[in-house]
Amino acid sequence: MAITKDTIKYVAGLARIGMTGKELEHFTGQLDRILEYVHELKDLNVSGLEPTSHVMEMKNVYRADRVRPSLPVSEVLKNAPDKANNLFKVKKIIEKI
Amino acid sequence: MQYETVIGLEVHLQLKTKSKVFCGCSTNFGSPPNTQTCPVCLGFPGSLPVLNREALKLAAKVAIALDCQIAKKIRFDRKNYFYPDLPKAYQISQFGQPLSGKGYIMIFVHGSEKRITIRRVHLEEDTGKLFHKEDASFIDFNRSGMPLLEVVSEPDISSPDEAYAYLRSLKSILEYVDVSDCNMEEGSLRCDANISVRKAGSEKLGVKAEVKNMNSFKAVKAALYYEQLRQIELLDSGSRIVQETRLYDSVRNVTESMRSKEEAHDYRYFPEPDLVPFDLDPELVRGIGREIPELPGPRKKRFISDYGLSDYDAAIMVSDKALADYFERAVSLYKNPKVVANWLMGDVAACLRERGGAIGGLNLSPEDLTAMLKMIEAGLISGKIAKALLPEMIETGRDPGSLVKERGLQQISDEGIIEKAIVEVISENQKIVNDFKKGKDNAVMALVGKVMAKTRGKANPRKANEALRKKLK
Ligand SMILES: [Zn+2]
Repeated sequence: MAITKDTIKYVAGLARIGMTGKELEHFTGQLDRILEYVHELKDLNVSGLEPTSHVMEMKNVYRADRVRPSLPVSEVLKNAPDKANNLFKVKKIIEKI
Repeated sequence: MQYETVIGLEVHLQLKTKSKVFCGCSTNFGSPPNTQTCPVCLGFPGSLPVLNREALKLAAKVAIALDCQIAKKIRFDRKNYFYPDLPKAYQISQFGQPLSGKGYIMIFVHGSEKRITIRRVHLEEDTGKLFHKEDASFIDFNRSGMPLLEVVSEPDISSPDEAYAYLRSLKSILEYVDVSDCNMEEGSLRCDANISVRKAGSEKLGVKAEVKNMNSFKAVKAALYYEQLRQIELLDSGSRIVQETRLYDSVRNVTESMRSKEEAHDYRYFPEPDLVPFDLDPELVRGIGREIPELPGPRKKRFISDYGLSDYDAAIMVSDKALADYFERAVSLYKNPKVVANWLMGDVAACLRERGGAIGGLNLSPEDLTAMLKMIEAGLISGKIAKALLPEMIETGRDPGSLVKERGLQQISDEGIIEKAIVEVISENQKIVNDFKKGKDNAVMALVGKVMAKTRGKANPRKANEALRKKLK
């Protein structure tokens, strides 16, 4: 099984989390133990069960195509770290325009 | 070295609903930034999406029109990635159980027909819109959560011309089923292309580039021509092609590496726990199918068999639903389909090009157009007068009868008036008259022309011709 340090580094990268060498070491062991525990599920006999993505017995929940009021722009931008001209402002994403 | 090109197209289409796909915000285009947003489409914690029934219905309509296998059970999934156009850090899309499986589109290129397989059609939410400036990027979330349909083709397309034909065919079908504005400039229809080249006859696919940022079908074609050549030149010079995303620059007509800060994609799809699964009851699907009008493919065949149009003419007539409807209405009033088609493709199309816009917005009813055609047939006006009359009818929206009367444009069949013009023409054009008498038969046409000019196009040309020949015998 064994989660490697590379796996932790990769997952941390996907989540945009920086880690020190010591943290990497720490979480590698920890996550490995967690997964091992979860893998106990593998011993269960599930041959008679349908694969399921939702635990509730509910389906086909729709809403009608009706417009409802949106938020005022002041509310929308209230928690924005930075803004300009009613737009959210973020660090530049593409290097060239 | 001979190469072959392999192209697959991904088309994104905004569906014409009143409200967004998972919340009640308006889908109106062009509103001030961030005025059509709410906790759901801004991804606020605790908010929950609920599927818009109409969005699913329109999506199913497209899938049925493309002959796709509609799934019995569908589900939504989260597509995870960090990018500021997504406030939730995931997009609600479909992965494991999409709306449909395979379908197809027929395309026509250089006179031959080809079947392009559609891989799948699925429903998802649109992202916010980004604006990049020198020092920062800016986001408008009005577009976030708009219902978006993704139509993915198999890499069956083997040239930029075929890609263009595919887009035309797809757009035509989409307009027939009336689910989207299909406006590339406003972004309600977008297209990304995957393109690679390989040695002719090779089984293995070459390394592909994903080309984005094309805002018209012509731009897609131009970008693919550029990219095809770029890849061939690289291979010919012994270089390797790098798998990457490239942006098309329409001003310089080149594609350029995007050099994004994004790393390799790993979307980690998993079922969206906030949305329940959906059953697409076959009876419901059949009901949606019944709402689909006759599509361009079958309609073209019918135009050929019922109206005797040529393959080419029929293809033009059905390419635009409004035009095809117009044609059929006109043919019901004036039973000469070929003449109607010629006027629609000729003078009417020319007026449309000049004025811009579509046939639906034209100030010319099928009733007025066919009334004019009947006047030509009855010899009341000449074809030439009709050509001059048409733009005026469109300009004023008036019927041809009253315009002709008011302007005194009735064709002159009165032999006395024609006779008078002929006498003048003969005395003024002795040289042509002599040519004719020496046996140059078509010199008479020049004289007919002079008679027409003298009567300001109103003489009946057949009558003028006969009378001239009689006179010069
Ligand atoms: Zn909303």
